[in-house]
Amino acid sequence: MSHTPDLLIKNVKLISQKHKGNSENDVRIRKGKIAEIGKNLEAGGSEKVHDAKGSWLSPGWMDMHVHFREPGYEHKETIETGCRAAAFGGFTEVACMPNTNPPIHTRDVVEYIKNKSKPLPVEVHPIGCVSKERAGKSIAEMADMKDGGAVAFSDDGDPVYDSELMRVALEYSSMLNMPIINHEEDLKLSRPGHMHEGKVSTRLGLEGTPGIAEEVMIARDILLAEFTGGHIHVAHISTAKAVELVRRAKADGIKVTTEVCTHHFDLTDEEIDRRHFDTNCKMHPPLRTQEDVDAMIEGLADGTIDVICTDHAPHAIEEKEVEFIYAPNGIIGLETAWSISVRRLLKSGKMDLQAILKKLVDNPRTILNLDVPELKEGAAANLTLFNTDEKWVFGESHVKSKSKNSPYLGAEMIGRAEAIYNKGQFVVNEL
Amino acid sequence: MKQRKKEQAYEFTHRHLLGLADYSKEDILYVLEQATYFREILDRPVPKVPTLRDKTIVNLFYENSTRTRLSFELAQKRMGADVVNFSAGSSSVKKGETLKDTIRNISSMKIDMVVVRHESPGVPYFLTRVVDAAIINAGDGAHEHPTQALLDIFTMRQVHPELEGKNIAIIGDISHSRVVRSNIMGLKKLGANVTVCGPRTFMPVSIKELGVEVSDNLDETLSWCDIAMALRIQLERQGGGVELFPSIREYHEKFGIKMHHLEAYPDFTVMHPGPINRGVEMESEVADSERSIILNQVTNGVAVRMAVLYLLSGGTRI
Repeated sequence: MSHTPDLLIKNVKLISQKHKGNSENDVRIRKGKIAEIGKNLEAGGSEKVHDAKGSWLSPGWMDMHVHFREPGYEHKETIETGCRAAAFGGFTEVACMPNTNPPIHTRDVVEYIKNKSKPLPVEVHPIGCVSKERAGKSIAEMADMKDGGAVAFSDDGDPVYDSELMRVALEYSSMLNMPIINHEEDLKLSRPGHMHEGKVSTRLGLEGTPGIAEEVMIARDILLAEFTGGHIHVAHISTAKAVELVRRAKADGIKVTTEVCTHHFDLTDEEIDRRHFDTNCKMHPPLRTQEDVDAMIEGLADGTIDVICTDHAPHAIEEKEVEFIYAPNGIIGLETAWSISVRRLLKSGKMDLQAILKKLVDNPRTILNLDVPELKEGAAANLTLFNTDEKWVFGESHVKSKSKNSPYLGAEMIGRAEAIYNKGQFVVNEL
Repeated sequence: MKQRKKEQAYEFTHRHLLGLADYSKEDILYVLEQATYFREILDRPVPKVPTLRDKTIVNLFYENSTRTRLSFELAQKRMGADVVNFSAGSSSVKKGETLKDTIRNISSMKIDMVVVRHESPGVPYFLTRVVDAAIINAGDGAHEHPTQALLDIFTMRQVHPELEGKNIAIIGDISHSRVVRSNIMGLKKLGANVTVCGPRTFMPVSIKELGVEVSDNLDETLSWCDIAMALRIQLERQGGGVELFPSIREYHEKFGIKMHHLEAYPDFTVMHPGPINRGVEMESEVADSERSIILNQVTNGVAVRMAVLYLLSGGTRI
């Protein structure tokens, strides 16, 4: 990672909700801010020139659902390696989930993470626990964690299962104007499931987690959000019916938002059969059916689903290279998110570039009450430089995460994040 | 003449037996044909052949098993193989060593074949990725138990040599049975009609996609079928949650095969992969009746496993 405060990006198409990228521009960055946007700018003395002909420049992307494992599970990922993966994926900001050890359930852990990420080019926003010790019993010190820099509350990894706790959490967090992000799972209905319950689980003899386990919980949370006036953010939505529930709740004016992981609008449960029980196809929620995948894309296109995320969940090789039913849930996703979005959303003609970027730039920050970076002179330079056409094959050398648990290793990719600029640092991704 | 020509054209090319999903109709018939030779050998005064004399086989059993393990071991010994048994009461995870390390350590001692039983579906596939040995699936969770299905089909064909168009009923806990999945795979490939019968809570979702009919009416099923195979009901709790049926008593009342069924429907034959819960899946008298071929299944099991071991050890014909 090179430290280059002064930079001139040449011949780049600007794209944001205000820019359509119809013509090429040059962007001058000085002391971490956008100093000048114009045509045929001359490089100043100390400026590094980066020719970006053919590429796009947008406000920096944000992934509001990652697991960086620190503190406690540094053998899987650290804040530093997680940020490297984020930068490679084009993300300048992430929000990290609190299922660490200790969990992010007090202000000191929030601040520990903020401090650790301070020198890094990627901004890490901690998500605090809903409950003390993430134990699902009583609410954590939300206000104090907010003062320390937490941007939302979640017990992710586990649901907030107790309905009364969810009511109290929504009431308390609404006082702070903060969302509750719930991992939507009825733990009884989900059984000890290892994949989606459906025809593939029937064929493979694996205990399945039915879609209804997710849907029942979302329905409960929507009703509780309506009842309390709180903001529920449905984490990693994955079934067609769940999307329909959120669609109706939004139409009813209830404060509900949601996100989808890139793998959930790309892969189906058939993958587990095709790859003969590859544990890199095991995550929670599980890969669902083609009908569900189609519903994710439709939900993204019509605005029901607000955010594209990854649920980046690193696990060490020895943890994943085990019997399927013992393998932990989760895959890494930061490095591959953009290519999957390009292939499934852009190249398929389902969404245009601005609409996709809204899910990566604007909506996650709006949900978390963060400022949306802008492409204008005087604004802090928080930028992602990318293309939508470069073909490449995702190999181990591209995994910047400490863990390599990706089902996409060896897969053909299209489109790539070429660089990010944030906090005065310019990170260029080499293939 | 015609048959000979067919034999020349067919070639058995499998390295492993992971499940019947991977075997074609021709493969299945070929294994069964080899098994008939071994079945004859078992009736000889000295039921031994030295065909696996230079082979070393590990029986890797991560789950309790009596008859499958004995059957494999007997098959291996009757063929002169060197046999090592590895039984782990608890899983590798609980022991602290990963399955990958365990199998790699064992295979470093030069092993030709591994027979594996494990509670996790997919473990036999996993082994093919980490060791260089022929892998035989002796049951992986509720996924497959291919040698059991092969011996079931072998036994069925002793009653009905042509299974095409025959009606086979499988009765009991379909969700948690590896036997049923392998049997469905095999029987459908041979052209049989299969109905699974039991309470709805025992039926996996989308079971019909495997090409079977579903019934919750035992009388209708028994009047329809040529062969009725009852599956063992797990008397211990299913999974970790709510019981899937109210009581053993009610199960037996609704789905247990009874003597009056044998009288009412005189054409069907009774099978059971064992071990039987007498008085649950069927009345004791049914299991011991002339209509039952349960013990034939056990004898045939050794012959079928000999055939599988032989073919996967590299032999092509006896």
